[in-house]
Amino acid sequence: MAFTFAAFCYMLALLLTAALIFFAIWHIIAFDELKTDYKNPIDQCNTLNPLVLPEYLIHFFFCVMFFCAAEWLTLCLNLPLLAYHVWRYMSRPIMSCPGLYDPTTIMNADILAYCQKEGWCKLAFYLLSFFYYLYGYETSFVIFWVRVWVQERTPHICQIRVSVILIPFGGLDSSVGEIKSSSKYSSTTIKPKRINIVRW
Amino acid sequence: MSTAGFNSQNGTGTGQTYTNGPSQNPVSLQQLPGVSYGMTHQSTFNPMQAKASVASGPGLYSSGPYQPIPPVSSYQSVPPPSSFPALPGQPLLTSPPMGGPPSHTPPLSASPSPGPRLTSAQAMPPPPAVSTGNYYASPQQPMATAWQYNTPPLQMGPPTSMSTPPSATVANHVNPALGSTVPPPPQTSSAAYGSAPVLHSVTHPPVPGMPPTSLHGYTQPGIAPPPVNPILSHGYQPNRALYGAPPTGPPPTGPLPSMKSTPPPTGPPLANAPPPPPKADAQCGGSVNSSQLPTESDSQEGDIECPGMVAGNGLQASSNYNHVDNKTAGRPQPGSPGQHLGHYPSLPPGYQNAPSAHNATSPMHPALQSTTQPYAQTPQPYQQPPGGPGPAQLSPSLAAMSLQSSTPEALRVVNLLQERNLLPPTPIPAPMPCLPQDLQKVNCNPEVFRCTLTSIPQTQSLLNKAKMPLGLLLHPFKDLSQLPVVTSSTIVRCRSCRTYINPFVSFLDQRRWKCNLCYRVNDVPEEFMYNPVSRAYGEPHKRPEVQNATIEFIAPSEYMLRPPQPAVYLFVLDVSHNAVETGYLNVFCQSLLDNINALPGDSRTKVGFITFDSTIHFYNLQEGLSQPQMLIVSDIEDIFLPTPDSLLVNLNECKELVQDLLKNLPNLFQKTMETQSALGSALQAAFKLLSPTGGRMSVFQTQLPNLGVGALQSREDPNQRASAKDIQHLSPATDFYKKLALDCSGQQVAVDLFLLSAQYCDLASLGCISRYSAGSVYYYPSYHHQHNPAQVERFQKDLKRYLTRKIGFEAVMRIRCTKGLSIHTFHGNFFVRSTDLLSLPNVNPDAGFAVQMSIEENLDDMQVVSFQAALLYTSSKGERRIRVHTLCLPVVNSLSDIFAGADVQAITGLLACMAVDRSVTASLSDARDAMTNAAIDSLASYRQSVLTIQQPGLLAPACLRLFPLYILALLKQKAFRTGTSTRLDDRVFAMCQLKYQPLAYAMLMIHPALYRVDDLTDEGALNINERTIPQPRVLQLSVEKLNREGAFLMDTGMIMYLWVGRNCNPNFLTQVLGVPSYTAVPDNLYLLPDLDTAESQRTRAFIGWLRDQRPFSPTLHIIKDESQLKSSFMQNMIEDRTEAALSYYEFLLHLQQQISK
Repeated sequence: MAFTFAAFCYMLALLLTAALIFFAIWHIIAFDELKTDYKNPIDQCNTLNPLVLPEYLIHFFFCVMFFCAAEWLTLCLNLPLLAYHVWRYMSRPIMSCPGLYDPTTIMNADILAYCQKEGWCKLAFYLLSFFYYLYGYETSFVIFWVRVWVQERTPHICQIRVSVILIPFGGLDSSVGEIKSSSKYSSTTIKPKRINIVRW
Repeated sequence: MSTAGFNSQNGTGTGQTYTNGPSQNPVSLQQLPGVSYGMTHQSTFNPMQAKASVASGPGLYSSGPYQPIPPVSSYQSVPPPSSFPALPGQPLLTSPPMGGPPSHTPPLSASPSPGPRLTSAQAMPPPPAVSTGNYYASPQQPMATAWQYNTPPLQMGPPTSMSTPPSATVANHVNPALGSTVPPPPQTSSAAYGSAPVLHSVTHPPVPGMPPTSLHGYTQPGIAPPPVNPILSHGYQPNRALYGAPPTGPPPTGPLPSMKSTPPPTGPPLANAPPPPPKADAQCGGSVNSSQLPTESDSQEGDIECPGMVAGNGLQASSNYNHVDNKTAGRPQPGSPGQHLGHYPSLPPGYQNAPSAHNATSPMHPALQSTTQPYAQTPQPYQQPPGGPGPAQLSPSLAAMSLQSSTPEALRVVNLLQERNLLPPTPIPAPMPCLPQDLQKVNCNPEVFRCTLTSIPQTQSLLNKAKMPLGLLLHPFKDLSQLPVVTSSTIVRCRSCRTYINPFVSFLDQRRWKCNLCYRVNDVPEEFMYNPVSRAYGEPHKRPEVQNATIEFIAPSEYMLRPPQPAVYLFVLDVSHNAVETGYLNVFCQSLLDNINALPGDSRTKVGFITFDSTIHFYNLQEGLSQPQMLIVSDIEDIFLPTPDSLLVNLNECKELVQDLLKNLPNLFQKTMETQSALGSALQAAFKLLSPTGGRMSVFQTQLPNLGVGALQSREDPNQRASAKDIQHLSPATDFYKKLALDCSGQQVAVDLFLLSAQYCDLASLGCISRYSAGSVYYYPSYHHQHNPAQVERFQKDLKRYLTRKIGFEAVMRIRCTKGLSIHTFHGNFFVRSTDLLSLPNVNPDAGFAVQMSIEENLDDMQVVSFQAALLYTSSKGERRIRVHTLCLPVVNSLSDIFAGADVQAITGLLACMAVDRSVTASLSDARDAMTNAAIDSLASYRQSVLTIQQPGLLAPACLRLFPLYILALLKQKAFRTGTSTRLDDRVFAMCQLKYQPLAYAMLMIHPALYRVDDLTDEGALNINERTIPQPRVLQLSVEKLNREGAFLMDTGMIMYLWVGRNCNPNFLTQVLGVPSYTAVPDNLYLLPDLDTAESQRTRAFIGWLRDQRPFSPTLHIIKDESQLKSSFMQNMIEDRTEAALSYYEFLLHLQQQISK
C-alpha cells in the first residue's frame, strides 16, 4: 500500500489540525478565565504568548505542504487564514518576546471580546478543516487505488475523465465525489464515462 | 450638596472616626494572610456569586422600611387607582394607543388647533386659581402622586415615557426607586390623590371637543385629553425637556376646560417669538397665562403636564396642552408667536427655544410672572416630587427641589450658529442627577465621582442612539477636608457581590438589607445595629456607612495579604554631565532637605538613593557610618546590589547620614564628564532594592537613556513637528519599560518619573514605566537652573507637593456597578488586573481615572443604578484602609432624558482619554476624526430623535452647547493638534496628562480660562480666609476679546500667561507690575512684584487663588506683544482661525454640514 504525496499531506494536516483545535480550545478557555477574573492577565499572557507562533507555524507548514502537493483548492481555503496570521503578527504590539498578547491591554473589553471571537472562529475553521482533510485524505487515498485498479483493467484509463461514486474510507455511508484526472490526462479526454465502484 | 464638605485636605487623617461600640477590633498589622499576589482585599471575590444576585423590582427598593417614609406602601396602592381611572374613565383613556403616535404627530395636530387652545388658555387663567386651589390641596402630596404614577407605569406603558420627557430623568428615577416617580403623573397624580378618577371625568366633559387622545398625536389643542399624556410621554418628552418648565402647569389646571378657550388672546401676543407649534403652544400659552397653574405643574415634574392643561381642563385638558407646549417649545421655531408667548411667560426665559424668541418673550414674562406669581412659587414643591417621592416625604423642604429646575434648562434648544456668547462667566458646575432629593443629598461629590451621563440609558441600543460615551471620571484619593472614618471589626458588605454597604441600599426591615448592585438580600450584623454616632441601638439606617456616599474604613486583618508595608522612598537620580548642567540636583537636594520631616510615614519609614550615569552608584547609609559610602557598580549588564541590607535605611535612625548625603550630592558630580545614561539598569537595580517591601521610586532623568538595557534612539524628526500628516512614534519603541513596570506593579513598587530635559527623551517609551506602575509623570521641558527660572520655580513647588502629599501604598481599586452595566475600558495610570480591578502600587491624591462603561443587559426594571469605587490602600502610617465612594444615578428610557442629563465636561474628558488611546493604537488623524464625529453624531442624534420641529441652524441642547467648542479645543490641544509645531515629547506629555489628570485640571488644559485682570474689582468677590478674591468673568478664547488697553490672564492649567496690552492702563503697569511704562516691562518676568497697592493685592490674590485650586504649581509668564511666548499664548485662542485649524464658527459650519448630510 502506498500513498500519494497529497494523501500524505492530508493525513499530516489532519493530525496537525487536531492539534490546532486543541490550541483554539485552550485559547478560548484562557480568555474566558480572564473574563471571569480567575487568572491574572500577566500569567495568562505568559502562557498564551508562547503558543501563538507554534500555532501559526503549524498552519503555515501544512499550507506549504499543500502547495507542494499542488492541492490548490485546499491551499486557497487556507490562504485567508494564513494572510490573517501574517497580518495579526505584523500588527502586534511592541514586544520583546514572541507572542501577541500584551497584559496591559488584554483586559480592554474590546480586545478581550475580539480575542474570544477570534478563538471561536478559529475553532470553527479548524473543525471544518479537520473534516475536510479527513475527506480529502480519503479521496486522495481512494483516487490512488482507483487509479491502480483502473490501470489494472483498462490500460486507456488515462484518457477517461473519471467520475466516481466513492465509498467512504470507513465504508459506512456512501457519498458522492468527483475526481478530476489531473490536467495532463484531461487534455486528452475523449468521452467521459461513469464508473460505479461498489466496494473493495 | 455632599460636595460642600469635601475639600483639599486628606481625609484620612482628619476624619472623625467612628468605632463600633460593641466590638472594636484594632487592626492587627501583623497578621498575614500570606497570599502572594497583590494586596487585593478583593481576592475573595467570587465572580459567581455576583451573578447569583437577583434583580429585584424597583418597588421593593424604594420601599425600604427604615426610611421615615412609611407611606410608600400606601402610595403604591394609590397609584393604581389613579392610573386606572384615567384609562377607563374616558375615551381619552382609551387613547393610550395614541401614546404611540404621539410624539411626532402631536406638533402637527397642535398647529391646527391652536386657535381653540388659545381661547381655552384665556379661559384658563381664571380657573387656574381655582384649579390650583384644588390641586394644591393635594400639592404637598404631589410626591405621593408621583409615586402612584410610578406604579401605574406598568399599566400604561406609554405613560412612563411621558414622564420621561421634560423632567423625564427625574421622573424615571423616581418612579422606580423612590416610588416617587415622575412628572407625568403629577397631574394625574393630583387627580388621583384627590379623587383622581372624578377629576378626569370632570375635565373631560369640558373638553368635549377634544378627544381624549394623546396630546401630541392629536393636534387639536382645544381638546385636552390630559389623562392620555402619560402614554405619550416619549414624543412629549423632548418638548418638555426643551421647555423644561412646561410640566408645571398640569396639576392645578385640570378643573376648567372652559378656560382653554380664553388662552388664545394672551398667548398670541407673547407668543410671537416662540415656536410654530401653534396649537400646542397656544394651549400652553393659555395655560401659562393662567400661568400660575403651569408653573406649578412644572414643579411637579411636569413630565406630562403642561401648565396650560392644568389650568384648563383640569387634569386631562391641561395635560394635553402641556404636551403640545412641550413639543412646540422643543422646537424652537417661532411658528405662532402668540401661542409661544403664552408658554414662555410661564417658563423662565432660559427655556425659550428660539434665540430670537427670547427678547420677545422676555417682556411677556414679567407680566405673566406677576399674574402667576402665586403659582409660580408653588412649582417648586412640585419639582421636588419628581426628585422622588421618598425624599419628598422625608424632606418636606421642597425648596431643595428647585435645583431640579435645571433639568429642563438642560434641554433648551440652542442654535449654536446664532448664539455667540455661550460661555458662562463662571466655572461650569457639574449637572445634578435627577434623583429624589434624599438620594441626591447623600450622593457622591461630583469632584470625586462623576458620570458622563447623569441619566443612564436603559439599554445599550438607546445609548448607541444617543452617540455619547458612557463613562465615569474618578478622583478617588482626592484630598478631602471632611471624611468619615469608621473602625469596625466587621465591614458590612453584600455577601454575593461584595459591595460595601452604602446610602443607596434599602433596608427591608431592621435585620435585612438589600444590595443596590446585585439585589441580594443580606442580613444586618448585630454589630451594625448599634450606631456609634448617636449611640443608639436598632437604627442601622442611621449608621455613618449609610449616611455618607464617601467613607473610609479601617480595614481589619482580612484585608491584608501581608503586614502593611512601611513607607519606602527610593530616589533614582541622573548625575550625568547633562544632568549636572541643568542644575536640578541642587534644587532636589534642597527640597528634600527642607521636607525630609514632612515625608509621610511613621517610625518605619525607609529611604534610599541611587545615582547613575554610565554606571550605577549606590549609597550605603547604614547606621554607624561616619559618612555615606558610595558603592559603584559598573557592570550594568548584570546588575546586582552590593550590600542589599544597608542601601534602604530607616529614615529616623539615619537621618543625619541622609542629610549629609543630600548636602554633598550636588558637589559630588560637579566635575563629571560622563555623558551616557544607563537608566534601564538603574531602574532594574532600584526594582531589586524595593521589591522586598514595595514603595515609591522617584526617577529623575534628563536625557535619552543610551546605554545598557532600555537604551533608546532618538525618533523625533524635527522637520515633522508641524506636519499636518500623521504623527509617528506615539507608541513606545521598546517594551522594556512596560515589562519592568509590570514587575514593579507585582511587587507594589510605583515609579514616578521627573523628566527635565531640553532634548527629546522619548517620553512615549519612558512614560510606560510610570503608566503601568501607577506612578505619575512630571515633565519640565528646557529645564535649566539659570536660563529657565520659571521651570525651576515650578519644579520646586511640584517637588514640595510631591514629597509631602498623602500617599497610599499597595493599593487596589475595584469599581463595581449595578448588574447589567459592565466596565469597558479604564484610563489612567495603573495596571488592570481583572475586569474591574486596578492594581495601584501607589495611589496619590492627584491621580484621576476614567472608566468607559457599557450596558450589557437592559436595565428595564431599575429606577436607579449605582457605581461603587472601593480603594484599598495602606496609609503611610501602616494602616490598611478602604475608601469607598458610591454614586447613584437614575435610569431613563428616552433620548431626551439622556440628553438632558449629559455632562459636557465629563464627556469631553472621557473623549480625550479615548482619543489618546486611539492615537496610539491607530493614528492621530483617526483620533481627530473620531472626536469630530463624536460631536457630529451626538448633535445629529439630538436633531433627529429629540427635536420634533426641524429648523435650520446647528441645534444643540443647552447642556451640550459647549460640546462643539470643547471638541474644537481638543483638536487644537497640544496632544492632538496638527499643523502647528509641537515637540513630540510635549505632545506625549499632554496625552499623559489628559488621561491622568482629574477632570477639573484636564478641562483647563483643554479649554483655558481667560480673564481680564487690569480692572479687577471687589464686586462679587469671594472672601476666603479673610482674603478678598476678585472674580472676573471668564472670557471667550478669541482675540476679539483682547484689548490693547487691557491686561489679560490666561490660565491653561500648567501655565498662566499674563498678556499686557500695548496701551495698557498705566495704572495697572505701575500698581501691579511696578514698571513705569509698557516698554519697561521686562521680557522674562515670572513674578508679580509684591506691591502694597490695592490693585496688586487683588491681582495676586486672584492668581494665588487660582494656583491654590490645583495640586501642581502653574508658572506665570508675563508677556508682551514682542515676547517669544506670545505665539503659545495665541495658540490657545481656540475660537480663532489659525493657519492649520478652523475657527469656531467654521467648525460649527462644518458640523452643520456633516449633520445635514
